Amino acid sequence: METFTPVASTVGGALIGLSASLMLLLHGRIAGISGILGGLLSPAAGDMAWRALFVAGLLSGGLAGGLVAPELFESTITRSPASLVAAGLLVGFGTRLGNGCTSGHGVCGLTRMSIRSAVAVGTFMATGMATAVLIQQLFGGVV
Amino acid sequence: MKNPAFILATNYLLGLLFAVGLMLAGMTRPGKVVAFLDISDAWDPSLALVMGGAIVVHTILYRLILRRPSPVFGGRFGIPTRNDITGRLVVGSALFGVGWGLGGFCPGPALSAAGTFGGDAVVFIVSMLAGMGLFQVYERWQQARAAALDGASPTTPR
Repeated sequence: METFTPVASTVGGALIGLSASLMLLLHGRIAGISGILGGLLSPAAGDMAWRALFVAGLLSGGLAGGLVAPELFESTITRSPASLVAAGLLVGFGTRLGNGCTSGHGVCGLTRMSIRSAVAVGTFMATGMATAVLIQQLFGGVV
Repeated sequence: MKNPAFILATNYLLGLLFAVGLMLAGMTRPGKVVAFLDISDAWDPSLALVMGGAIVVHTILYRLILRRPSPVFGGRFGIPTRNDITGRLVVGSALFGVGWGLGGFCPGPALSAAGTFGGDAVVFIVSMLAGMGLFQVYERWQQARAAALDGASPTTPR
């Protein structure tokens, strides 16, 4: 059971928007996580260090946050290892094929009113909701 | 302030700030993500506000930033300009959505959660990286096939 957290979620979202804005202001880049990570898997000279450092920031931010407040990472859903493997494969392959995820298409793309990003967000929201609803209604939320 | 090491280090700080935003927003709790996506049962609309908060801030700053001729650390603004709706865009986004609804993780929050060495997040991240690797194999196969259809001699995958 999750509770509505309007203030924390809005402030958290604002910080995500601030990070994306600073990435653009300082480096001229789009803060799309799947693209930043994907670039690490296809090495190109001079393009690795900044990606690795950004990812290290995401990882170590999580590590620090988890030490201070473990509830930030608490999971209230039940997922088998097989489901997590399938989910990871779909997210990894899908975000690369579709050129972006919730950050690149969602935050950055919708901000510049990109038609591609609007289609991407509409699509992943629709299939994400359909999947979550089906899991709840057909399997009682446990897969 | 144009020290290359400093410029690189800012990327780490931006990742850290992004992680703080994700954690505060509740995105690193897979159950909260699923509670947003599952509109059929005890719906939690919080994630709409995460997206809203991020877009409002980024929309205001985006316009101000692009008044500059170039980024602070030099180079050029790399803004995507494509506007073609392709099968790849739609199919890729659809697959991503299914994985998102199934696991409750998208790439950013999953990375932060994996940073805590939580079992579910680590399994998810390893699989996600494998999925990205599979995509590269698929890409090379597609390029090789396209080259063959063009009647060109087989090229070495890049």
